[in-house]
Amino acid sequence: MKYIKYLFIALVALLILWIDLSRPIPIKFSAFGREVNTNIPTLAFNIQMGDRIVRKEFKTQLGLDLKGGSHLVFETDTSKVTAADLEDALTSARDIIERRVNMFGVSEPVVRTVQSGDIYRIEVDLPGVTDVAQASSLIGQTAQLHFKEKGEQTEEEATQSAGLAFLDLKKETGLTGKDVTKASVVFDQQTGQPQVQLNFTSEGNKKFAEITKRNIGEPVGIYLDEMLISAPTVQQEIRDGNAVISGNFRVEDAKQLATAINSGALPLPIKLVEQRSVGPSLGAVEVQRSVIAGAVGLAMVLGFMIAYYGRLGIIASIGLIIYGLITFAIFRAIPIVLTLPGVAGFLLSIGMAVDSNILIFERIKEEQRKGKSFESAIRIGFGRAIDAIKDANVTTLLVAFILFNPLNWEFLPQFGLVRGFALTLAIGVATSLFTGVVITNRLIKTFYTYK
Amino acid sequence: MFDFTKYWKIYAAISGTVILLGIISIVRWGYIYSIDFVGGTNLEYQFTPGVTEQQVKTVLDSQDVEIVTLESRSANTFFIKLSAIDEQKEATLRQTLQTRLNSEVTVIRTETVGPTIGAETLKKTAIAAGIAIVGILLYIAWAFKNVNFALAAIIAMFHDILVVVGTYSIISHFFGAELDTMFVTALLTTMSFSVHDTIVVFDQIREYRKHHGIGYIEEYANKALTDTMVRSLNNSFTIVFMLLALVLLGGVTVRYFAVALLIGTITGTYSSPFVATPVAVWLEKRNMKK
Repeated sequence: MKYIKYLFIALVALLILWIDLSRPIPIKFSAFGREVNTNIPTLAFNIQMGDRIVRKEFKTQLGLDLKGGSHLVFETDTSKVTAADLEDALTSARDIIERRVNMFGVSEPVVRTVQSGDIYRIEVDLPGVTDVAQASSLIGQTAQLHFKEKGEQTEEEATQSAGLAFLDLKKETGLTGKDVTKASVVFDQQTGQPQVQLNFTSEGNKKFAEITKRNIGEPVGIYLDEMLISAPTVQQEIRDGNAVISGNFRVEDAKQLATAINSGALPLPIKLVEQRSVGPSLGAVEVQRSVIAGAVGLAMVLGFMIAYYGRLGIIASIGLIIYGLITFAIFRAIPIVLTLPGVAGFLLSIGMAVDSNILIFERIKEEQRKGKSFESAIRIGFGRAIDAIKDANVTTLLVAFILFNPLNWEFLPQFGLVRGFALTLAIGVATSLFTGVVITNRLIKTFYTYK
Repeated sequence: MFDFTKYWKIYAAISGTVILLGIISIVRWGYIYSIDFVGGTNLEYQFTPGVTEQQVKTVLDSQDVEIVTLESRSANTFFIKLSAIDEQKEATLRQTLQTRLNSEVTVIRTETVGPTIGAETLKKTAIAAGIAIVGILLYIAWAFKNVNFALAAIIAMFHDILVVVGTYSIISHFFGAELDTMFVTALLTTMSFSVHDTIVVFDQIREYRKHHGIGYIEEYANKALTDTMVRSLNNSFTIVFMLLALVLLGGVTVRYFAVALLIGTITGTYSSPFVATPVAVWLEKRNMKK
C-alpha cells in the first residue's frame, strides 16, 4: 500500500516535470550495442474520443507585452441601434472584425466585447502586429459590398487575363452595400443549396438592371471587403431586382454572409479609444530580463534559507523548487497568459511561499525549546503554524480576487495587466498553501530525523 | 527579552518623519500621472542612425502635437509622451520623423489612452481599492475579535499606505515614476501584506493570553515580538530579495511597480512590531485603567 502511494507521487511528479518541459530533450546513448537516438517530446494530448478530438498542448502563453503585438480597444457608437438589436449588432460587429483580422493574417487574434456601464467596447488583440494605424483602418473600414464588372478593356489586357477570369473584374459598377435593403438566406429550389438573396432599393434595382443589361454573358463580381464572394455570369437582364449569391455555402456561411451584408459597414460605428503596442524586440528583452531576475532572486532566497536554517533550509529549498515547478505547470496547463506584471506576481508569490516554511520552522524550533520531543514538536509546530498561515494568506487572496475580477464586474477594473498580476499571485499563494503544508511536512518527516 | 514597546517615541519619530516628508512631497510636487488615468500617448522610438534630442524636438514642435515629456532612453531610443493623438496622426508623425531626420524609426512601444477611458479607469481603480479596503477591514474585525487589536492593525495599515503613497511621490518627482494602475495594485498588495504580517504577531500575543490569562499585555507583546521577529525579518528578506532582483534586473515596464512593492514590504514589516503592537498595547492598557 505504501509503495503504491510512492509510485503515485512519483508519477505525479513526472507528469508535472513533463508539463514544464518547454522544448524536446534529445537523448543519445548506446547501450547493449544498440544506438539510441530519440528525444523526449513536449507533452501534448491528441486523443480521439468517438467523434470528438481532444487536443491539448502545454506551452507557456506569453502576453502581448512579452511577445510583441497590439491591443486595440474600440468604442462602439450604439446611439443609432435600438436596445433590442444591440446584442445582435455587437455580435455581428465582433464577427466582422474577427473576419477582417483573420484576413490580416494574424495568428491567434482575440476579439471580444466588453461592457462598461452603457458603453460597449470591442477589444482586439493582434500578436505580432505593431502598425496600429494600418490595423485600425483595416478593422474599422466601411463600405464592403461592391459589385464589379469587367468594363472596357484593351486588347492586351483581355488576352493577359484570359486565364484569370476573376481577377479582371476591376471596374466598380457603382452598386454597393448602400443599395441593398436586406440580405437573407434562401434555398435553391432545385438543389436545396443555401443562397443569399439580396433586396435592392429602387435606386439599386435600376442600377442592377443596367449592370446586368450591359454584361450579358459576362461575369459580375460580388465582393465583400475586397474578397471575391461570387462571380456569377449574367444570363439576361434582371429587372425585378432578384439577385442571389450562390456558392458552395454551408448554411452557417450563408447566414454569416447575409449578416455581413446586412450590416453594410460595421453595424456600429467604432472609434479607437485605447491602444497599446509593443515591438517584438522589447518583448524579447523583457522576457530575458524577467528570467534572469527570477533566477537571481531565487538563488538569493535559496542561499539565504540554507545559510540561516541549515538542513531545514535545504528542505525548504527543495520544497520551494517543487513549488515553483508545480506553479509553472499550472500556468502551462490552464493556460495562464503570462504578462510582465504576471511574472512579477509569480516571483512575489515565490518570496511569499517561503513564509509558510519559515513560520513552520520557527514554531517547530520553539516547541523544541520547550523541551518537546522531535516528533511532537513537528506535530504541534505544524498545527500552530498552519492556523497562522491560513489567516495570513486570506487577505492576499482577497485582494487578488478583487483585482482579478473573475466575474468581470463592470464596475471593477478589467485591464489585462492588473489581472495578470492578480491571477498569478493568487495561484501562487494558493499553491504555496498546499506545498508549504503538505510537501514540507512530508519532506521534513522523510529527511529530517533527529540525532 | 528586549523591551520593544518602551521605545515607542523613536518609532513614532521615524514613522512621522517618513510620512511627513511624503506628504510634503505630495503637496509640493504631486505625481506624474500615467496615461492610464489622464489619457495621452506614449511613444518609444528607436532611430537608426541615431539623432539628437533637439532634432526630435524640432520636428515634433513643427507638428500639431502637445509634448508632455521627451527624454532620451537607451541607445538612440527616445521616449515621447504627448497629449492623446490618434493612430493615423501617429503614423504621420513617424513618417515625418523618418523623412525629416533621414533616419529609420523602429517602434519599440506605442500606447494611447483616450481621456474618457482614463477617467473611467481612475474611477474603477478607486472602486476596487475601496472594496479591497472594506474587505480587509471586515476581515480584520472578524479575525481579531478584539476591537483594540483590530484598530491597531488598521492604524498600522493606514501607516503603510501613507508611507508608500508619500515615498512614491518623492520617487515620482526625482526619478519620473508614474502613478498608474500598477501602482494602485502594489498599494493594495502592500495592504494585504501589512495585515498578514500584523496577524502573525497578534496571533502570538493571543496565544500567550490564552495560556497565561489576561495580565501584563506589555510583557506578552514583548515576548510575542521576540518570538516573531526572526520569522518576520526572514520572511521579508526573501520577498525583498525577489523584489530587488526585479527592480535591478527585471523588465523596465514593471520596475517602479516592483519599487512600490519593495517599499510596501519594508514598511509592512516595520509597522507590525513598531506601529501595530505599541498601539495595541496602549489601547489595551487604557481599557484596563477604566
